[in-house]
Amino acid sequence: MSATVNPPVAFTQDELGWVSWIEPLPEAELTERHFNGLVDRARAKSEYFRLLVRDPEVLEARTKTDKDIFYNVADGLPRAERELAAAATSRYNGCIYCASVHARFASTYSKRREDVQKLLDEGVDADLGERWNAVVKASVALASTPIAFGPENIAELRSAGLDDAEIVDVINGASFFNWANRLMLSLGEPSK
Amino acid sequence: MAPTDIIDKLAGIEPGSALDGIRARRLQARENAQKSYLSLFEPIDTGDFSLLERAAVAAFVTGLHGESPVAAFYRDKLAATSGGAALLDAIDAEIARGKTSGPYGSFPAGPLSIENTAGLIFRVSAASKSGLGTRLVAALEHAHLLVFRPRDAASSDMNALLAAGWSNTGIVTFSQLVAFLSFQVRVVSGLRTLAAVNA
Repeated sequence: MSATVNPPVAFTQDELGWVSWIEPLPEAELTERHFNGLVDRARAKSEYFRLLVRDPEVLEARTKTDKDIFYNVADGLPRAERELAAAATSRYNGCIYCASVHARFASTYSKRREDVQKLLDEGVDADLGERWNAVVKASVALASTPIAFGPENIAELRSAGLDDAEIVDVINGASFFNWANRLMLSLGEPSK
Repeated sequence: MAPTDIIDKLAGIEPGSALDGIRARRLQARENAQKSYLSLFEPIDTGDFSLLERAAVAAFVTGLHGESPVAAFYRDKLAATSGGAALLDAIDAEIARGKTSGPYGSFPAGPLSIENTAGLIFRVSAASKSGLGTRLVAALEHAHLLVFRPRDAASSDMNALLAAGWSNTGIVTFSQLVAFLSFQVRVVSGLRTLAAVNA
């Protein structure tokens, strides 16, 4: 498998592929239990999801957690800033694949493609304006081990205009990418 | 009585509180974070990853994040798991040896190489190896990599787990467990911080 991989060496908003280091389940072996785990049947075409579906119960619960944190925008933080938290976390942890996907989403929803690219090019210290800086800084503090998120992060998010429901969305979105990054980084690698 | 939501319990969120109300607006996320916990720690199939191994890895991973209600919860879980009490000293010793600050590690060679940051490459001590056994030794070393330097992960790390007796399915569940705990410990920390600011 690795012979076909052409790994990216920089953060990008381009669409990347991803290649597994261990064996995904063959599509022909998927049962109803597996399709329940995939949530969306079309994910049977994805190598990543056919790998994760080796444990269908965890995959199903993880996928539904992900969808609610990022797509349930009836209230709380705008979608663009949830994606910014995901992109910043991925930039900081070093997940080139996750950063590409969520930087692209952040650009689409915010129409601030150049600022998103600045985050990818310069890293998490890039100056993106008060509100985005506060979101990025909070995400980075949460991603650090030991966790460095403190009252000062909440104060900064509040002075940038976020209420508590929006702050919880930052916490959820950034925390979730500490889950996602570790799966993408440890089970395979991106390919251009 | 409704079953305990682990994140609420560890974050100290009381029914009817402001944060309870905010969490209720992401009900599917709340319920499925709980289902993730249950499918990892009360699974329907333990053939590829035993309950004892799950508890030991969880105590190690959350312990590496420092003292917290989450670390105490999983240490207690290990103590309460059959065979777990005998592993506590070794896990505590390896947490003490493995604690550091992350994320660090290397990027693929290229423009990002200037951001490469060196740090501890953790290996289980000789003293702990016999008590933990081959599978858990490999698991703790890989868990440390995932906690502190996930960007260093390579296909050779998968081969090390396979060589230590882990199956492909066991590796997937193990990776989910470490990654899920990386999420859970942060949600709890974030919510506790917000609750404390508001108290």
